[in-house]
Amino acid sequence: MALLDVKNLSISFHTRHGETKAVDNVSFSVECGETLAIVGESGSGKSVTCYSLLDLLPKPPAVVESGSANFDGVDLYQCSNSQMQQFRGNDIAMIFQDPMTSLNPFLTVGEQLIEPLIYHSDSSQRVSRNAAKQEAIALLDEVGIINPEARFDSYPHEFSGGMRQRVMIAMALINKPRLLICDEPTTALDVTIQAQILKLIKTLQKNRDVAVIFISHDLAVVADIADKVLVMCDGKTEEQNCTNEVFQNSSNRYTQALLSAIPTGAKTTKSLAQDGSPLLKIERVKTYFTDFSSSSEKVVKAVDDVSLSLQKGEILGLVGESGSGKSTLGRSILQLAPLTAGTVSFAGTDLSALQPSQLIPWRRKLQMIFQDPYASLNPRMTVYQTLAEPLLYHGLANKKSVAKQVEQLMDDVGLARSSVLKYPHEFSGGQRQRIAIGRAIATEPEFIIADEPVSALDVTIQAQILDLILELVKQRDLTMLFISHDLSVVRKICDRVAVMHHGNLVEEAATETLWANPKMDYTRSLLSAIPATNPS
Amino acid sequence: MIDPSQPTQQGSSLWLDAWIKLGKNRLALSGLVILLFLIIISLLTPWIAPYSYEEQNLMLGATAPSAAHWLGTDIFGRDMLTRIMYGGRVSLMVGFIATAVALVIGILWGAVAGFVGGRLDAVMMRIVDIMYALPFMIFIVLLMVVFGRNILLLFVAIGAVEWLTMARIVRGQVMTLRKQEFVEAAYSMGLSKWAIIRRHIIPNTLGPVIVYTTLTIPSVMLLEAFLSFLGLGIQPPQSSWGLLINYGVETMEEYPWLLIFPGITLSLTLFALNFLGDGLRDALDPRASKD
Repeated sequence: MALLDVKNLSISFHTRHGETKAVDNVSFSVECGETLAIVGESGSGKSVTCYSLLDLLPKPPAVVESGSANFDGVDLYQCSNSQMQQFRGNDIAMIFQDPMTSLNPFLTVGEQLIEPLIYHSDSSQRVSRNAAKQEAIALLDEVGIINPEARFDSYPHEFSGGMRQRVMIAMALINKPRLLICDEPTTALDVTIQAQILKLIKTLQKNRDVAVIFISHDLAVVADIADKVLVMCDGKTEEQNCTNEVFQNSSNRYTQALLSAIPTGAKTTKSLAQDGSPLLKIERVKTYFTDFSSSSEKVVKAVDDVSLSLQKGEILGLVGESGSGKSTLGRSILQLAPLTAGTVSFAGTDLSALQPSQLIPWRRKLQMIFQDPYASLNPRMTVYQTLAEPLLYHGLANKKSVAKQVEQLMDDVGLARSSVLKYPHEFSGGQRQRIAIGRAIATEPEFIIADEPVSALDVTIQAQILDLILELVKQRDLTMLFISHDLSVVRKICDRVAVMHHGNLVEEAATETLWANPKMDYTRSLLSAIPATNPS
Repeated sequence: MIDPSQPTQQGSSLWLDAWIKLGKNRLALSGLVILLFLIIISLLTPWIAPYSYEEQNLMLGATAPSAAHWLGTDIFGRDMLTRIMYGGRVSLMVGFIATAVALVIGILWGAVAGFVGGRLDAVMMRIVDIMYALPFMIFIVLLMVVFGRNILLLFVAIGAVEWLTMARIVRGQVMTLRKQEFVEAAYSMGLSKWAIIRRHIIPNTLGPVIVYTTLTIPSVMLLEAFLSFLGLGIQPPQSSWGLLINYGVETMEEYPWLLIFPGITLSLTLFALNFLGDGLRDALDPRASKD
């Protein structure tokens, strides 16, 4: 008998705008030691399904309309609150997406780890503080924390994102659960860290014989780790099969759409780089910050002596892990972060030598697309105002013509003209990124820095936005610096790639040359961390 | 689809949308109506008041509400309705003007300090700290000694104290806002600092500011009563709601109507303000649902 057997589950949300069906007649089961991946875009109901198992959905508005979830002979939807308390953490544990926010910053990691052991809801299972500490240290060691005795007393902010996710995993495992639910555990992490975490989950599962439900929007991530895959769309089951079948013989159209959205292979369009003198040339740029947080003032060398140049029409990929200084370099080029040394010359003018007021006409020509489309748009401005602002401010439109130009921009980035009066929160993530792109191209710039423009988006939306970017670059004769930690995306759209590590530029080559023949070890480790698109 | 030949909808903005949304919020609208009613009455008081506010009728003394005196009379035989109407002139004026002064200074001060940051922020906030530390009473007494007793001075004094908290609130908001990507986006678009503060920062601080404003107006009204009670604000025979309530409390047991009616009027104003404030906060937040 399966460990968890979910049958005909339907969940809907009752709001005053009516009833929305979030999960519609979904059934699945997980055996001990098995991994089930639930894959779908945001809004597909994959998280709602799993949250309902632990009674974590806000009720109201959520209502479990029908269905049963048999966990070890008990129906999770029928059990009492105190029974549910027993299941939570004890038998079923959960790992959340964002390791930065799911740990309490005021408690040491160790304190948080032993909490469930010494304050256990069932007093007969409580253990002494010392015993709990021993157990916690053993567990930290198991999830790959180096020097666990010392790290036991560290606070969450002293850990990197990947290390925190390891701590989260240790926390989930401390009560020896039989089912582990992972909700996009690697989405917020770098590729190399993602590969490590996936490997860790797989190892732990083998050693401890737990069942795992792995939620993700990205089929590529689950290829290696899942035994079977459930593909969901709009609350319905699209396909349910073992992983190999899904990846190789799926006849389901939605699954195929998901698979084809995974960026693979080389760039299909040819490079538009023009000969001649480079449009943007940065020489020996250094950007240092002073870190006041430690007792002795420490200088952080975010960008250390980087030189790069971009030809007109070229798309240069800038890759590296978080903390490598790639975003800071982008901000330094736009003079948003002050340079410590070096020059940034654009079309022959040294931008770094200009006064802030002299920079204003140049800002029109250099624009930026930001990572998070939820944070990069003013929530209190309509799309119309957001797009009209740069046009009016730089005198590219007058009061009469601005409406027409805004509509033209809406067309260019593929948004319906009728939604021009809506506010950002009324759009989906992909649509918001289109608005942000529209704002960036409004001033008819020559050069755009795209800072992780697709990493906050679902895979299918990612593919659409990448297409849009490529098209705009071609149509408008743009030059682009494309910053990303996702190498498959970079390979798909960049002509040339520069790799950054600890503030230094370690390697720079034409995209396919780099893929075929990486010179540096660091580049090689980045390339090998790309998740395989086929289960091995 | 919108017909492109139509004159465009650029009229739509945060404020217009907020106005439309406010119109649909019955509670907020009734608050607005009550406030407008009180303000109009106050403005017309000199012409419509049934009696004189200062003429005493010691023979009459304190009487309970009657046909001649709807809300009764006070111990000097003055008509309570008239005194409440005149009191409203002072209270509402102090409430709105002093709060407006506090709002304007506080928002600008806080927004500039929070946005520019660094040394300027440190200097501006230390000034706020010093003002906080200044004993309020001594400050008022000094003002009165130097400039004489004057109702305008009352506004200045109260405004000068109330803006401090507002500046702190706004500064805190702005410091988190300025790190947001949309502010950086505006900056990279080449917008001037002032345009960024005005268009991107201040509208996003409105939520807490409005809530604090609805709390400030009543506290300012009570502060006026306190100052007047000490003989630093307005003086009898002039009246204000706060002052009437203060006198009402003293004679609460014998003549309850002297406390009840000014109390009801003040409470009504506060209710109206709160409803309107909540409505405004929701109306100015596009994320709050549109119905």
